[in-house]
Amino acid sequence: MDNVVELKDIVVEFDGERVLKNISLDIKDKEFVTFLGPSGCGKTTTLRIIAGFLNPTSGDVLFEGKRINDLPPHKRNVNTVFQRYALFPHLNVYENIAFGLRVQKVPEKEILKRVGEMLELVNLMGFEKRAVDRLSGGQQQRVAIARALVNRPKVLLLDEPLGALDLKLRKEMQTELRKIQQALELTFVYVTHDQEEALTMSDTVVVMNGGHIQQIGSPIDIYNEPTNAFVADFIGESNIINGCMPKDCVVEFTGKRFECVDKGFSPDETVDVVIRPEDVKVIPAENAKLTGIVESVVFKGVHYEMIVDGVDHKWMIHSTKAEPVGSMIGMCFDPYDIHIMKKTKEA
Amino acid sequence: MKLKYFSAPYLVWMVIFIVVPLLMVAYFAFTNDGGGFTIKHISAVGQYTNIFVRSIWLSLIATAICLVVAYPIAYILSRMEKHRQGTMLMLVMLPMWMNFLLRTYAWMAILGNNGIINHLLTVIGAQPVKLINTSGAVVLGMVYNYLPFMILPLYSVMEKIDKSVIEAASDLGCNSFSTIFRVIFPLSLPGVTSGITMVFVPAISTFIISRMLGGGSNLLIGDLIEMQFLGNSYNPHLGAAISLVLMALILVIMTVMNQFSPDDQVLM
Repeated sequence: MDNVVELKDIVVEFDGERVLKNISLDIKDKEFVTFLGPSGCGKTTTLRIIAGFLNPTSGDVLFEGKRINDLPPHKRNVNTVFQRYALFPHLNVYENIAFGLRVQKVPEKEILKRVGEMLELVNLMGFEKRAVDRLSGGQQQRVAIARALVNRPKVLLLDEPLGALDLKLRKEMQTELRKIQQALELTFVYVTHDQEEALTMSDTVVVMNGGHIQQIGSPIDIYNEPTNAFVADFIGESNIINGCMPKDCVVEFTGKRFECVDKGFSPDETVDVVIRPEDVKVIPAENAKLTGIVESVVFKGVHYEMIVDGVDHKWMIHSTKAEPVGSMIGMCFDPYDIHIMKKTKEA
Repeated sequence: MKLKYFSAPYLVWMVIFIVVPLLMVAYFAFTNDGGGFTIKHISAVGQYTNIFVRSIWLSLIATAICLVVAYPIAYILSRMEKHRQGTMLMLVMLPMWMNFLLRTYAWMAILGNNGIINHLLTVIGAQPVKLINTSGAVVLGMVYNYLPFMILPLYSVMEKIDKSVIEAASDLGCNSFSTIFRVIFPLSLPGVTSGITMVFVPAISTFIISRMLGGGSNLLIGDLIEMQFLGNSYNPHLGAAISLVLMALILVIMTVMNQFSPDDQVLM
């Protein structure tokens, strides 16, 4: 697969403050890429650079191999779905979707046909004459998507497009967006702070924090093999414990030694130990290597979330079975559920 | 529902100072000195058609010039950084802090036959030009005095246009010119109509500007009305009749214009 968009050493400064620090990234054709990170991590800024609303302080933006740093947004073969939709309030649904085509002076007959296709795609047939401010949030969202897609861009940029929708609608739209992306064989670049959304929809997730890319990988890689404690913590819940590696495949934390599968650390290197709450198994307290007292139990729907006070660490455990508050329980985990990460200096 | 009573003083105020005077104008227009009903004065207004036409024509030109001049100013203002907008707005308003008469006198000094412009022209050896007492001078006076009334409503509407809508336009292929044409102008229409109203209405009824800059040959409706009350041809009945016709005229023009203004932002 070819790279559609390439970012090379992008740096962005606002008033002397570095917002993006040497971002380099390749986006492949027909790929669903998600920029994931907390607010202020630079994900929207990166998107705006691809769209052309922002010029990087240094670094290059390439589109199909050509440098497009100086190309204004209206000449780029990308379209954007804006965070708050940014529909044209003076135009109805049909005219909003037709906007890009009218600017390109596409013949009226073809506009009619292409807008019709889009209305069908986003399930808004019959809404042509409706004023956009009389639409629900979900419908406005669909108009925004149709308005961008009707121009048949090579790349569609989506800036937290589902942020304003309620949970159920959001889930529906996630599936729908994914379907649209696969049906039209487009490249989607999607910005979100919702890790679940990123994992459900993407081919590739780019985890960002503090203007840096923390990790690039498939959702499965990112979840199972986070490269550092930040990624582990941001992608789902995690128990992060200070530990050290006396030798390969052995890790020491909370004063005990455990078997693990990671290698390649220098002897006695201090590391972050990451264990997912659903990987902590509850066993009887007798003979258990690790014990703790159940501090709280919260029902979360599919599972219970328990906070267990161990000696040096408060463990978060996800389990389908609740233990009584105040009781002493034992905990264990399989060697491959213990993830060892190099300590990172905070950016 | 108690709130209703708080608006009572305002209602009383409106009745005393707006409704009653309007009724009096109408009463005077339709009566003669003895108090009997007559349409003599209303029908007499017809002989001043040329003055009406001139007034409408000159104030339309002035309004159009104001719009053309104010639009880019308001647009640039609204795109400026927030902290600069305040200063620039103050500069726009600054001439309005000066007395209206004084401002117009200043133009007399500039445009006069022995005024600054003609003085400069003779200095460089050119022939002096007749500037004052022309309809051009009247239009200039109107534009100068009423320009801020066009800039302010335009600016306040443009300033509220969501920045991301403008970005969306450029994302969808608009260069800056077509962004203005396709998005900013349609969204600023409410400002355009209220700006036109705020310039056209005072311009059509002005009498100071035309008298000071237009001389005797450029009488406007305002001058005509003033003459009926304060001049030699004292005739308040005719004055009231002209006022009434002018009011009806403005009402018609405004109604026509409001047909073009989007009342709930929907044009199509």
